Order: sequence, then structure tokens, then C-alpha cells
Amino acid sequence: MDWIDTIVQGVLLGGLFALFATGLSLVFGVMRLVNLAHGDFIVLAAFLALAVVGGTGVSPLLALLIVAPLMFALGHAVQRGLLDHTLRGGVMPPLLVTFGLSIVIQNVLLQVFSADTRRLPAGGLETAGIEVGAGVTVGVLPLITFATAIAVIAALQVLFYRTRTGRTFRAASDRPEVVPLMGVDNRKVCALAMGIALAVCAVAGVLMALRTNVSPTIGPARLLYAFEAVIIGGLGSLWGTLAGGVILGVAQSVGAKLHPGMQILAGHLVFLAVLAVRPQGLFPRMRD
Amino acid sequence: MSPLLEIRRLDAWYGDFQALFGVDLTVERGETIAVIGANGAGKSTLLKTVCGQIGAPAEAVLFESEPIGGRPAFEVARRGIAMVPEGRLLFPSLTVEENLLMGACTERAGGWDLERVHALFPVLRERRDSPATMLSGGQQQMAAIGRALMANPTLLLCDELSLGLAPVAVRDLYAALPVVKAGGATMVIVEQDVAQALAVADRVYCLQEGRIRLAGRPAELDRERITRAYFGT
Repeated sequence: MDWIDTIVQGVLLGGLFALFATGLSLVFGVMRLVNLAHGDFIVLAAFLALAVVGGTGVSPLLALLIVAPLMFALGHAVQRGLLDHTLRGGVMPPLLVTFGLSIVIQNVLLQVFSADTRRLPAGGLETAGIEVGAGVTVGVLPLITFATAIAVIAALQVLFYRTRTGRTFRAASDRPEVVPLMGVDNRKVCALAMGIALAVCAVAGVLMALRTNVSPTIGPARLLYAFEAVIIGGLGSLWGTLAGGVILGVAQSVGAKLHPGMQILAGHLVFLAVLAVRPQGLFPRMRD
Repeated sequence: MSPLLEIRRLDAWYGDFQALFGVDLTVERGETIAVIGANGAGKSTLLKTVCGQIGAPAEAVLFESEPIGGRPAFEVARRGIAMVPEGRLLFPSLTVEENLLMGACTERAGGWDLERVHALFPVLRERRDSPATMLSGGQQQMAAIGRALMANPTLLLCDELSLGLAPVAVRDLYAALPVVKAGGATMVIVEQDVAQALAVADRVYCLQEGRIRLAGRPAELDRERITRAYFGT
């Protein structure tokens, strides 16, 4: 029964990883931009939520109503003001600029919030659990996280495949140079995509800070988990990203069960195994 | 009335390489203009400067009497210039219908909609839910033309419609052009297939190494003059 519990916890943890990964996947999908500051944006959102909760006393989930639009606006601004200028210069400039952004965000957070670890107050939510039988108890918070991941991915799936905006996203992903011939300003498309990606970062950041301690320098590790989830799941597939997150979560959970020091390593090993055997990921988008 | 499109002393550059030298060209409303010339003569460059993909001095390109040279491509498209790019350049992960709908992003009013494009190219209705890449070359070209028409353009630019297509497909495509013309569109067609171009054009320009070498109505141009302008012999 222990093992069932381990797997269940791993699956739920995978929801958080999928949320980490979704924004990264979206930005890469729409504009072929690898955002190396992605993890730091998640952490930034967590700290913004901490500031909002600290300043106003509202619950963290309500704070999200402020933080998500803020992150959307930030994404929009960063894309228009900074990243747009790098996209025409090949692969390297966006990598270097987002790498620089990562360092800047970490240092700003260190300046403003110090290196202390913090956590969002969950009001007892973090310890609440539901007994589902067979000796398995499911935490309410991980359950909410997992449900949120499914909801976010389902919403993005609808956006991508059922709306005009999504059609433009997919067109821009295919042929950014042809999209302007359709009368569409590509810069607006990219700014919208980055805004949505950072709004998803806000969701991920708040749920993360409810669950674990956060400090200004943990961004790069979140980026790594996000990368691994995207690659395991297969590029360009949103549901694949969820699957990738779940596989990574289960791997970490099983690793931790085998030996407490194995948690992170087990995730990396599964990632490497997938990369070696199936470099395109498990569920790559069909090139239809 | 002033011409729909007027190109005046247009020079175009790719970095240090000059591709067009003082090109003058006018397009009246309702005309079909063919631009012919050998590979590398500057035909595609000319179209790309008009649709905003290559920079140009503002006053070098006048559309409806307004300077549009160097304006961003999306803005030019919204003003009513649609492009059928060389190599079709459909969006591979979109269905045929989604590709057509992308053309409508200009939100211009006019007579072209899905139904009329489907009437012009019925195969696009039959294959509406297929991925664009599943179409044959000729069908893809139909989709590319349909996508451009969905923008309800005042001016339609077609770059190398016949390139890489079977003769029967080329015949079908050119058979559709009179319908497009009857719909009120003014067209500029770039072609290497001279016979095809002369058959549909009201006037012809021949480019050679970035310069206009010959201009006139097809009936006025004899074979020898065209050959000379085309090959520079």
C-alpha cells in the first residue's frame, strides 16, 4: 500500500511540475524562444504574492487575482520592450538576454526580500488531507494543484485549438515571417503569448509557495524541472507536458522512497533515460 | 484618376547587395500586370518591397496615392495588399480552412469569404479539415490564393504561381484568375513562365538584373524583343 501512496503523491506533485512547464512550453511553441528566466519568473510571482498577502492580509488564492494580471502585464512589457529586439538575431541573443534576466530577477529579489526562505500562509490547507481508502491519504493542497494544472492546460488547449487567437499562435509558430502578410502584428502575438505564460507562472508560483519554502535563488531549479517535463512529454504538446510533469513527479517520489537523497536524482535519471531512448519525447505533437 | 500602385525610382538592397535599380512601375485599377524575367532578375524583390517585407523609401511606393514604402508588412496587408508568396508558405499545422481564415485577419470588408473561395476552388471545401500539408502542390497553391483573397485585397500580388507545379495544375490555377479579376481585384503576377504570363496580362514588365528592360502590352511586344529583354542578349 505504501507504493500506491508513493505513486499517488508523485502524480499529484507532477501537477505542480506541469504548471512550471506550461508557460515555458507555450513561449517556446509560439516564438521558438527558450526563456532561461522562466523559473525566476515563477519565484518572482511567489514573492509578489507574499508581498500582497503580507500587505493586505488576503488569502494567497485571492492574492493570485492581483498577481496573475501583474505577471501578465510584466510578460507583455518584457516581450515588447526587451525580447522582441532579440528574436531577429538568431538563437543566441534571446538565450543570453533571458539568462541575464534570470540573474537580474534573482538579485532584485535578494535586495528586496533578503535571502530568507518564506512561505505563503495556507491557513491549515497544507496539512489537510482526504482519506481515499487503502491507507492512502491525499493532501488537499496537492489535489488542488493537480486540478489547477488540468484546468490551466485544458483552458490553453481550448485557446489554442478553438479560438482565433490560438489559430494565430499556431500560425506564428509555423511561419512567423508569413503572419504579417495576413495583417497581423507579430509583436502583439508574441507579447500576448509571453503575458499568458507569465500569468501561468503566477499560478505555479503561488501554489509552489503554499507547498514549500521559497527563496530568491530557487528559480533555476524550477526551470530545470520545467524543461524536463516539457522534454519528457514532447515539445509542442500541452497534454504531453502534463504527462511529462506526472512522470517526473512519480520518478522523484519513487526516488525519495528508495532513499531520501535520491528524490531529485531519480527525476533527472528518468529524464536522461527518455532523452536517450526517445529524444522527441513521449507524446510529441503530430506534425499533421 | 491616379494609379492604384505607383513605384517610383525604387532601389532595393539586401545588405550591401543592390537588387533593384531605379524601377518605375504603375498599376491601374482593375489591371493585371505581369512581371517577367530570369532567375535573380529582382521580380520577387519587387513584390516584397511592395508588401513591406523589404525596406524602401516611403515615397518610392505609393498605394492609393499614399506613401507605403518601408511600412510594416502587417500594416500594408491591412491597407489592402495581399500576397501569394513564392513556395505557397501555408501554415503546416493548420487545417486548410484555418489557413483560409488566417487571410481574413485583415478584417477588411468585401466580397470574398469562405463560401466564395470554396466556389472558386471546390477542392478546398472537400479538404477543409485536412492539414494543409496533405494537399497536392496545385491544391496548396489554390489554398494560398484563397487565403490571400480572404483578405479582400484591393491589390493581389502573386509570386511564381506556376513554380514546381505540374502543367495541368498550372492550367487550372490560371483558369481561376479571370474569376478573381472579375471580382474586382487588381493583380500583379510574377512569372518565369512567359507564355502563361502574357496570356493573362494587360501589360507586361520585363526585369533584367534589377532594371526594367521592357514594358508594354502583350500584343505590342514581339517574341524577339521579349527574348532580348529577358536574356539581355
